[in-house]
Amino acid sequence: MPVRGIISKVVGPFVTAKNVIGLHMYELVRVGSEGIIGEVIGLSGDNAFIQVYEETVGLRPGEPIEGTGKPLSVELGPGLVGRMFDGIQRPLHVLQGMAGFFIRRGLTPNALDRGEKWFLHPTAEPGSKVSGGDVLGYVDESPVVKHKILVPPDVKGVLEYVALEGEYTVEDDIAEVRWGGERICVKLMHSWPVRKPRPYRYKIPPDTPLITGQRIIDTFFPVAKGGTAAVPGGFGTGKTVLQHTLAKYADADVAIFVGCGERGNEMAGLIDEISELKIPGTDQSLLDRTILIVNTSNMPIAAREASVYTGITIAEYYRDMGYSVILMADSTSRWAEALREICGRLEEMPGEEGYPAYLTTRLAEFYARAGRVVTLNGEEGSVTVIGAVSPPGADFSEPVTQSTLRLVKVFWALDFALAHKRHFPAINWLTSYSMYFDSMKNWYEKHVTSDWVKVREEAMNLLREEEELRELVALLGPEVLTEAQRLTLEMARMIREYFLRQSAFHPIDAYSPPDKTYHMLKLILKLREKMSDAVERKVPLVELLSLPIVEEIARMKILPYDEFKKSVEKMNSEINEQIGRLIEKVIRGEEA
Amino acid sequence: MKSQYKRVYSGLSFSTVKEIKGPLLFVEAKGVSFGELVEVTTPTGEERLGQVIEVTEDIASIQVFEGTSDLEVEKTRIRFTGEPVKLRVSMDLLGRVFDGRGRVIDGGPEPIHVDEWNVHGAPINPYSRAHPSEFIQTGISVIDGMNPLVRGQKLPIFSGSGLPHMLLVSQIVRQAKVRGKGEEFVVVFGAMGITADEARWFREDFEEMGVMDRTVMFVNLAEDPAIERLLTPRLALTAAEYFSFEQHMHVLVILSDMTYYAEALREVSAAREEVPGRRGYPGYMYTDLASIYERAGRIRGGRGSVTQIPVLTMPEDDITHPIPDLTGYITEGQLIMDRDLHRRGVYPPINPLPSLSRLMDAGIGSGKTRKDHKQLSDQLYYCYAEGVAIREAAMISGEAGLTERDKLYYNFADEFERRFINQGVYDDRDIEETLSIGWELLAPFPEVELARIDPSLIKEFHPRHGLRRG
Repeated sequence: MPVRGIISKVVGPFVTAKNVIGLHMYELVRVGSEGIIGEVIGLSGDNAFIQVYEETVGLRPGEPIEGTGKPLSVELGPGLVGRMFDGIQRPLHVLQGMAGFFIRRGLTPNALDRGEKWFLHPTAEPGSKVSGGDVLGYVDESPVVKHKILVPPDVKGVLEYVALEGEYTVEDDIAEVRWGGERICVKLMHSWPVRKPRPYRYKIPPDTPLITGQRIIDTFFPVAKGGTAAVPGGFGTGKTVLQHTLAKYADADVAIFVGCGERGNEMAGLIDEISELKIPGTDQSLLDRTILIVNTSNMPIAAREASVYTGITIAEYYRDMGYSVILMADSTSRWAEALREICGRLEEMPGEEGYPAYLTTRLAEFYARAGRVVTLNGEEGSVTVIGAVSPPGADFSEPVTQSTLRLVKVFWALDFALAHKRHFPAINWLTSYSMYFDSMKNWYEKHVTSDWVKVREEAMNLLREEEELRELVALLGPEVLTEAQRLTLEMARMIREYFLRQSAFHPIDAYSPPDKTYHMLKLILKLREKMSDAVERKVPLVELLSLPIVEEIARMKILPYDEFKKSVEKMNSEINEQIGRLIEKVIRGEEA
Repeated sequence: MKSQYKRVYSGLSFSTVKEIKGPLLFVEAKGVSFGELVEVTTPTGEERLGQVIEVTEDIASIQVFEGTSDLEVEKTRIRFTGEPVKLRVSMDLLGRVFDGRGRVIDGGPEPIHVDEWNVHGAPINPYSRAHPSEFIQTGISVIDGMNPLVRGQKLPIFSGSGLPHMLLVSQIVRQAKVRGKGEEFVVVFGAMGITADEARWFREDFEEMGVMDRTVMFVNLAEDPAIERLLTPRLALTAAEYFSFEQHMHVLVILSDMTYYAEALREVSAAREEVPGRRGYPGYMYTDLASIYERAGRIRGGRGSVTQIPVLTMPEDDITHPIPDLTGYITEGQLIMDRDLHRRGVYPPINPLPSLSRLMDAGIGSGKTRKDHKQLSDQLYYCYAEGVAIREAAMISGEAGLTERDKLYYNFADEFERRFINQGVYDDRDIEETLSIGWELLAPFPEVELARIDPSLIKEFHPRHGLRRG
């Protein structure tokens, strides 16, 4: 018997209901005569406080509310990849078919298409013992995602029956598990409550970098597969472009993008790009590995709050199949603001700046769902979470940024000064950090090169020296610099301009394979070494800087990888030759 | 004068006002629905409009758009209409002027309407949106060249008191066109809190340039009730959505000044005794502003578009103030007016460095503007940023220490402001002219300094190579 009550108050997206003893915290309820969806977020006596996932205009006190007995859940099964859902997993293409291009209230289509057929390849043997996470078979959800059909986490027993190879809908029974006298039917889909993390065996420390093709990230501030990163930045510093870039180029099996309280036009742009672009190094469309969860800033705020949970639950589901998943949340600040609004309406005692005192706890619970794990069936899977933060006034001391920094291990600080110069990605190399680098050294040495750590350090030292010299110049003027110091400034400029700066919109520059990244940096450092040598031998800096090789170095980022690879040797010898000639000239001059 | 709203006289009526506080009325009433339109009759018989913003079993809280002055507890009558606030729409709105809550104020007859639309609109399904990508030529170099506007974008102007944003808005309205297409923009102007002089100036200006017959104005003046401002932009956008999504027209919406809108929002929030966010503005201001700004865009397969240019004045020129800050987080970029440029006589005083158009990459390039546009603009950005930094440093440590390279950048910054940013109010430059001014300004640099431009483009467009001089 569902719990029934009546509405006693409506204010914005929040509704109070009375006479509702028996409702559970976070239970899904139907609100009003139209039965729009809401969730219980507070209980007091026989009153329930409900956040409503749709527009509330027109609701009046006295209308009924009815419990569903279930918490907010998502449908997990084939048919997720390549689709766009709202914050409570309503498929947006289906909504368009039902209501046109404006979102109307009261529509509750199924997340997964009930009519769509999937070709099942069963792999499990009837008669075997199975438990949660075991693979029963798979369907090809897309050309790149082999969707494994898992025994739901809470099911175990003897596998009585497995369906034959063939086509099934998500609701057809494809297996039967017997536990004592009970028989449980397993389908291609099952549902899972979004606020409950999906189980795994245990976590393992991340030791593999998530290659992003972004030089500053892959070189200086890498994030590990299963790690967490935050991207705080004022508006216009490129948070969203960076998040989009990662969705496109990071080497994950499945990418989930949660557009949480952000712009609609942007999401339209992202889906266009993803449909056109290929997964790096393959001929497959990016759309075939991407899932979009979209709750734009003008869609109901409660569904915005739910959207990050919807996203992370789907991420965990693919992790449980043994995949490496990335989840981008843009922006976690909008989610925090939804929490703040709820806290205000519940008249709870607020913490800092009106945010609820449990802000950090909520953020921590969310980021804790990232990780590299051994799944229930013994495979390895990971969820990497990258959260954008939008600090008001670009002031990083505000609560959401500060709480997030305590939780994540990679910090990409976006910087106004760089953005104004159109230096993108505007990641500040002096304030950003990655706490994963040390644990991933082995990987770099094994997969890229043995001197990676050394090269990286040398480049970073150069950038730090530049900063010190700039301070010196600001105080005393540029005259005080020695020729060697001027060279340091020039070389740091080259690293910034020719290496760190990377265009997300240039067809070649947008993705830089790790090997290219390494050799680019190596060439610049080689140039530095030779130039230092030349400056010591009194070769004028002006002459060094106008060498043709400098221009070649400047343009190497736009060389396609194959071409670049072929010209590395040549550029190396050009550096030796061109600088060598200048040194000889000076020596001859001295002799004459 | 008749109102633009639908009236349901069969609605519930009450004279049970319990409390009046700031712009809010608290009425004892049953059966009231959240968000519905309310008609308030003052003791003297004047009619005002309000909206239910909170409702319990026996109390409805109403914000009165025309304010609560002269209202009293005993004799004020309240009629609940059972309907959300609606705008009567038709093509007859064009050429007309309405007040901030939609009443005719141009002396003309009530326009005939064909439909009634909820002024709060509905969110566009993100899946149905088309990514904006059609370049709008405003004829203003610092916009077209550096921060171009595209159809369906929302690109605000961040101004300051005393800066010429009115002139700029008027110039954009006069000159904006999509190249190669005969289609003209319909202009919807939503004015919040501007002075009567400014309102008159805009109207005369629109008439002079001959755009008034494809313009509709909703004008809330500085002396008009502040709370009415919460309605004005929504009326303007509802009209805009009708023209674009129903009549398939391209609409340019000007909303000025959003700062006064936000202040009205703060006033209501204070009266409701809500926990304030930064500087007293409500914590939900981001969401509220988004419900306005997000009503821009294009529909996949649709022919119309809504392009928004909101104008706001930054209190004390402070870009970190919540109003510009939250706006910048929602809109697709911003054009920032700079007092320093203005003082030096540069018009329009838009500083390109902090300005941004997020849809630039989608809107420019081969087939849209020209293939060198993006890289040229990147190079101009770099050179100007360098030039400004060097100029600032030279102000402290003197020009003596400047290298030859420094001087090139220093001069570039001056010339860029003088020739590229600066232009006449009636100077309508096409994109080719804008780009060739850019190339001429880059000509003094050695080519190795132009690292942001492909050598092939330098060959094709650089004045030194003699081709394509503008």
